[in-house]
Amino acid sequence: MFEPVVEIKGLTKVFGQLKAVDNVSFTISTGEILGLLGPNGAGKTTIIHMLLGLTTPSAGDIRIFGLDLDRHRREIVQDVNFSSSYVSMPNSLNVRESLRVFARLYRVKDKEKRIQGLLQAFEIDGIGSKLVRHLSSGQQTRLNLAKALINDPRVLLLDEPTASLDPDIADKTRSLLKSIKKDRNISILYTSHNMKEMEEMSDRIIFLHRGRIIAEGTPSEVIRSFGRKNLEEVFLKVAREEHA
Amino acid sequence: MRHHRITALFFRHIYLYRRSLPRLMEVFYWPLLDLLVWGFITVYLAQFRQNLPGFITFFIGALILWDILFRSQQGISVSFLEDVWAKNLLNLFASPLSYAEYIFSLMLVSLVKLVAVATIMAVLAWIIYSFNIFLIGISLIPFILNLIVMGWAIGIITTALILRFGQEAEVLAWALGFLFMPVSAVFYPVSVLPLFLQAVARYVPASHVFEGMREVISSGGFPLGELLWSSGLNAVYIVAAFLFFRWNFKIVKRKGLLVRIGE
Repeated sequence: MFEPVVEIKGLTKVFGQLKAVDNVSFTISTGEILGLLGPNGAGKTTIIHMLLGLTTPSAGDIRIFGLDLDRHRREIVQDVNFSSSYVSMPNSLNVRESLRVFARLYRVKDKEKRIQGLLQAFEIDGIGSKLVRHLSSGQQTRLNLAKALINDPRVLLLDEPTASLDPDIADKTRSLLKSIKKDRNISILYTSHNMKEMEEMSDRIIFLHRGRIIAEGTPSEVIRSFGRKNLEEVFLKVAREEHA
Repeated sequence: MRHHRITALFFRHIYLYRRSLPRLMEVFYWPLLDLLVWGFITVYLAQFRQNLPGFITFFIGALILWDILFRSQQGISVSFLEDVWAKNLLNLFASPLSYAEYIFSLMLVSLVKLVAVATIMAVLAWIIYSFNIFLIGISLIPFILNLIVMGWAIGIITTALILRFGQEAEVLAWALGFLFMPVSAVFYPVSVLPLFLQAVARYVPASHVFEGMREVISSGGFPLGELLWSSGLNAVYIVAAFLFFRWNFKIVKRKGLLVRIGE
């Protein structure tokens, strides 16, 4: 297919007695959307944080764009970005100001044009002068996504990006992400608890359970390997076995 | 070290202060109250201390200088807390921003805040008490710079501790600076301290600044020895603070604490 832009080998993260991520290896190719799936505590978010260099791995290698993350982090993250529904933008700034801060951080050329384009793409251009703390949760999520695209990244890490969006905006956001992926050929690592969304968005899925990969493949391959009708059923099977 | 990332963070805080009246008040409110309360106490006490020359100058001068140290420390630690409270830390550190650039940007914010505060305090002291800080002399400037650097060092250490121990350590942002106050000889000479505290004070840059200030006021001479002590100690303090922050930042990333404080 395409060359891998993200390569992870034997990634492990131990917090005290807990092995949050256990010997995980995978790649993400250019222009691919890889869905990370699993119950709470499966290790999805920890993997994303290790890919951003926010958490140091206990073992394993991370290479992005062919470079070792540990040694070339700053160079790599210039072309990577992320959005999480659990992280906010500066809430005492208005929408445009907060995007300007990140445009400066990533040294974006023609900042105002870029910001305007993103605000329009996410249909929040009418609230550019509104304070972030006065935004609805849906507007905040769209602002987070606009920030995630501010530097025109080659790799995008999205941790539950459509959480708190209403079905209409969530659908528009998914369409937008797919069109960006198609136009720019960017690679996306995607987590969500919306299984329908994961089936729709992901080219390939990695199913994590207690920090380990328990299934990998296209959505239909994963569904088949569990003998279920859809990802929702796969998820429920794994989650309920855990609590049984 | 890239200036565009430092200015990005600098503007993030300037936007905040430009807009937020409560934040702006916090910068000026406490120094103003300090100046009023301690200034009037000093004027009152001066009536009974006519044989102590420059009584008002000593006290109000010391007050303004201590506030410079305290505000310089707060310029670092409270600005950091703004990012914690805004749940914005992960967005910042997921970018190419380095911890050193982050700290430098906070230093810049701190410098702007305290120039504003010091100007307002100096003007008010002149209006209310006819106290002209510039009469103390231009020789005070290198001492003021030393207070700023010591404030930065305490601010960086405070920030590292909050990163490491989480939001329950937030109180340090206001408390840690005051820990140095008794041994900084702000309102009294080092000689009034018990011997063991005198030994401690010798290794606190601010004590040399305040001793120097008193010498400048009383004799008009330039206390080079105090300045050299203060500058030498500050060089050690600021390097140690950066190393302490770097060490903590590594631990924080290893333990996944940055993520917890940032969400």
